[in-house]
Amino acid sequence: MHAEREILFRESAAAALLDPQLRANFRRAMDGLISKRQAQFPDPRDLQELRDLSTAIRSRSLLRLPELLEQLEASCTKNGIQVHWAETCEQANELILGLLRARGAKTLVKGKSMVSEEMHLNAFLEANGVEAIESDLGEYIIQLDGETPSHIIMPAIHKNKDQIARQFSQKIKDAQYTEDVDELTAMARKVLRQKFLEADAGLSGVNFAVAETGTLCLVENEGNGRMSTHVPPLHIAVMGLEKVVADLESVAPLYAILTRSATGQAVSTYFNLITGPRGTDEKDGPQEVHLVILDNGRSRIYADPELRATLRCIRCGACMNHCPVYTRVGGHAYEAVYPGPIGKILTPQMEGVGVRHDLVHGSSLCGACGEVCPVEIPIPEILVRLRREATHSDPNSQVAGKGTGRLASEDWTWRLWAAVLKRPTLYRLATWFATRLGGALPVGAPLLREWTRTRTQPVPARRSLSERMRAEGGSHD
Amino acid sequence: MREVYFYGTCLVDLFFPDAGMAGIQLLREAGVKVIYPDGQTCCGQPAFNCGYWEEARDVARAQVALFPRDLPVILPSGSCAGMMKNHYPELFHGQPDEAQVRAFSGRVYELTQFLVDVLQVQLKDLGEPVKVTWHSSCHAVRDLGLKGQPQALLGQLAQVELAPLAREHECCGFGGTFSVRQPEISGAMSCDKAADAEATGASVLLSTDGGCLLNVNGTLEAKRSPLRVQHIAEFLWERTHAR
Repeated sequence: MHAEREILFRESAAAALLDPQLRANFRRAMDGLISKRQAQFPDPRDLQELRDLSTAIRSRSLLRLPELLEQLEASCTKNGIQVHWAETCEQANELILGLLRARGAKTLVKGKSMVSEEMHLNAFLEANGVEAIESDLGEYIIQLDGETPSHIIMPAIHKNKDQIARQFSQKIKDAQYTEDVDELTAMARKVLRQKFLEADAGLSGVNFAVAETGTLCLVENEGNGRMSTHVPPLHIAVMGLEKVVADLESVAPLYAILTRSATGQAVSTYFNLITGPRGTDEKDGPQEVHLVILDNGRSRIYADPELRATLRCIRCGACMNHCPVYTRVGGHAYEAVYPGPIGKILTPQMEGVGVRHDLVHGSSLCGACGEVCPVEIPIPEILVRLRREATHSDPNSQVAGKGTGRLASEDWTWRLWAAVLKRPTLYRLATWFATRLGGALPVGAPLLREWTRTRTQPVPARRSLSERMRAEGGSHD
Repeated sequence: MREVYFYGTCLVDLFFPDAGMAGIQLLREAGVKVIYPDGQTCCGQPAFNCGYWEEARDVARAQVALFPRDLPVILPSGSCAGMMKNHYPELFHGQPDEAQVRAFSGRVYELTQFLVDVLQVQLKDLGEPVKVTWHSSCHAVRDLGLKGQPQALLGQLAQVELAPLAREHECCGFGGTFSVRQPEISGAMSCDKAADAEATGASVLLSTDGGCLLNVNGTLEAKRSPLRVQHIAEFLWERTHAR
């Protein structure tokens, strides 16, 4: 199983690397995002201050997570938002289907939500006779082609303008071919406007849920979030259980660092604070608001004091924008809902560290992700921890699939490695052979084959440094 | 007389011994007595990064035992220095010898760090005009926290022009076992780094780290590029001594 999966990421990535259009699209887009973010943080000290504050807020929220979730439920209920709990994606899907059926809803218009991607909600609803329409422009573009998001905040970033122009002219009724971005956007807008007006229900994600006030905060740029949550008579919000914060005061810094880290914006075009259904004296807004809180492995991640940091994530996507691997292979190569560095630590913890062993090893541990993370998630350290979990079964660990990524051949390699390197005489013998044989390295031929795909074979020096220092004699203690 | 230990690292030992010798010479020239304990092998990072901590600990323990005196330990590698300085305490957390290892970690320096921050060396350039480019190893910068010490040393050399890479802080694609576990991605990153280096018009790419150098050199050689790579220690030694 593990061997099959390991080949999976390597193969998808290798295939992606052969697509020059895809590589160019990602490189250009990521470069743009990197420089926009950079422009928002001219002073590294200010950035560090905001990161420290944001990290502290997220850490404190997680520390009080059970209590804050209870408080959130109470506050929401008081506001007229009905709260539902789902341990698994299946439960969450069923819950949502139940809410839709109770109102006889046949169409659902969706604001952007990665949790709904995690649940594969669209496919589930379609199989149950409910049409789900993505209303975020990027999500709309990929839905037309039956694709999944390739980036958590810019789901269609793998496509360029020309590709979208061709796609729209083929897939949207009565569409005239154009490469003009404004015209393309207007085309999608025209279709979606009608959908907002007709939809029986709306669904959204949640960026921050405020425990004290029972407020659901939604960050967006297109107004589709507001339309999805305000126009249809029924609004369902879905969130991972980690999204709760204590109070509105906690939201301001997180919002400030989220938009700056994500798209390099000081503020987003829309920031929605949803506090409940339409009041008796109000003329608009939904008649019913529901909040579905999903676990899906999060409480297991929460139980581990080190891995808990994974849940600090505010889903800005800065880690993927700065990742040298993601930039080259794009989001689809990960074969996971959450791609990039955060996906590499989140997916294996949700799906099992053995079956997604491929992802935890798909990193050079360069540290670019940890360096830009607005809430200082130590992604490289967590990757190393998960590599350890995949191959070793610690009785105290709660990591999903622990120990199931172990390969006898790898075990033996490291044992042999340690046996030689902890014994200077063996190491001396090994290096003596290596230096004398030069280019004709006798060991590791299969690894050498991988190395020499794009490189010449490394040739050891004629005499090692240790040998020279021994010959010199005088330098020893 | 000031004394220091020198830890060669396995890659320098085997592939770049001239860089190791140059590092030792630079320290000696600054009036430091260099002790090179026999029996050193590898810091243990490959096994540590792959999750084989027991094996990494066995090897790390054998290294620590070679450096008993309270002297600075100098490494010609940012990555291995980061491992010994920052990750040994993690690796030995809860072990009976944790305190001893922590004390060792506290004494670890990367070579240019020690030359600049502690010894405050002043170099005199004796070489011909040359254009170089600089690859800042990810671990040297992000893990160890190297902050411009190599550039400061290069800046002392009057005839050396430093042409920066367009993406100086992007990984070269080495990543230890990553280079052979994910050879396609690693290769793509390496080729981009090599192209970036070539575009600077420099005749040599310098770095603090043997892994990056081995990777970029192999990639440049495969494309028959005239650009060569050199460890910064060796470059500094050559520039400051007439051949």
